[in-house]
Amino acid sequence: MKIAVKVNGSTYQRDVESRTLLAYFLREECGLTGTHVGCDTSSCGCCVVVMDGDQAVKACTMFAVQADGREIMTVEGLATNGTLHPLQQGFWDQHGLQCGYCTPGMLMASYALLKHNPKPSEADIREGLAGNLCRCTGYQNIVKAVQQAAEGGQG
Amino acid sequence: MIPAAFEYLRAHSPDEAFAHLQKHGPEARVLAGGQSLIPAMRFRLARPAVLVDINSISDLAYVRTDGKALAVGAIARDSAIERAPWIGERRWSLIHDVSRVVADPVVRQTGTVVGSLCHNDPAGDWTATALAARGEVVVRGKGGTRTVAIDDFLVDSFTTAVSEGEMALEARFPVPDDRTAGSYQKVERKVGDFATAAAAVQVSLNKNGTIRSVGVALSAAGACAVRVDEAERLLTGQKPSADLVRAASAAAETRSEPQADLRGSVEYKKHLAGVLVGRGLRQALERLGVKL
Repeated sequence: MKIAVKVNGSTYQRDVESRTLLAYFLREECGLTGTHVGCDTSSCGCCVVVMDGDQAVKACTMFAVQADGREIMTVEGLATNGTLHPLQQGFWDQHGLQCGYCTPGMLMASYALLKHNPKPSEADIREGLAGNLCRCTGYQNIVKAVQQAAEGGQG
Repeated sequence: MIPAAFEYLRAHSPDEAFAHLQKHGPEARVLAGGQSLIPAMRFRLARPAVLVDINSISDLAYVRTDGKALAVGAIARDSAIERAPWIGERRWSLIHDVSRVVADPVVRQTGTVVGSLCHNDPAGDWTATALAARGEVVVRGKGGTRTVAIDDFLVDSFTTAVSEGEMALEARFPVPDDRTAGSYQKVERKVGDFATAAAAVQVSLNKNGTIRSVGVALSAAGACAVRVDEAERLLTGQKPSADLVRAASAAAETRSEPQADLRGSVEYKKHLAGVLVGRGLRQALERLGVKL
């Protein structure tokens, strides 16, 4: 099936099988390997991307054909002209990652969270990221990173 | 894993979706949020030949109250309930509670209430909630639309009153009066896991403080969510008391018929069902200002 998906502002027209999952479309067809596949069973949140501006979705649990005509934002779309997005800067400053595998999903889930709740409490952040697993950090610095971005008012 | 190949059809109206489903019958499945269906397809537990994607039918994205009921359209996301402006009202406290514990926060942005009811997982959250709230589902069939009480809708594990070629359009939860409160109690190993056990309760009081009506239901306690009739019978018409809550709790423990798995033994899950019904009733009553 022929689809056209706008990813990070660029339109990708591809002919894909209907069973192609969005995560693999992004990685293999668009070459955007920032979207990680962790568990492959919609449990870990590594593959989270943002659809149509404010909806966080697990790209391993959505077909690419469903994204036809929609706008997808991946972790590669966060920085502008080499300037980190406030969330990325927060993760950098607060040491919100160690191995980095969960980080793209953390960033994109946080992006959608701040779109709906620009001034989240610590509890809101912990709840909002409850579907994203990190096996390194113990989450403390991830929460601080999101708090930093929110306090900067540029979530 | 990669799902088996299927034909993808995108519907732009309920009529178009219904026509696809009528044409393809048992071969076709509706794709709404897909948060249960797609994982099932990935494990090859489901191999539909045709998927009818209803996500472009914006007419079915509503969450609204029409005086009689809270009506939730077939593609309204769980997160739309969670963020609804009325969600903090006491009368909706059961819906409030469940909307915050279904799956995880990202899945809730895509998963749907109607889809969850249609999936009818034995450990689903919305099924038990709909039983306690005495919900209904609007189903479109060949003869037009019909409204099915949730007790008749939930037939067996992963089986509902929606027949081949039919589709569910809307879930309906009657608007409770203002002397109503509820509670949803769920124990899960981690956020996003299926419930080890869960209980949904909703209590409406008379002016004199006696219980006018009550809904008590369990999830992860049988082939599909179950109503604890005995607990409802014990409580209805009575003045709430600690003894009654204990009796209702015991009835839930008896009614629960869970399966042993990694989450716990049958004995543990039955005990937990009773404990959660007790907690739920206490919280609902506390929300109504009743001290036991």
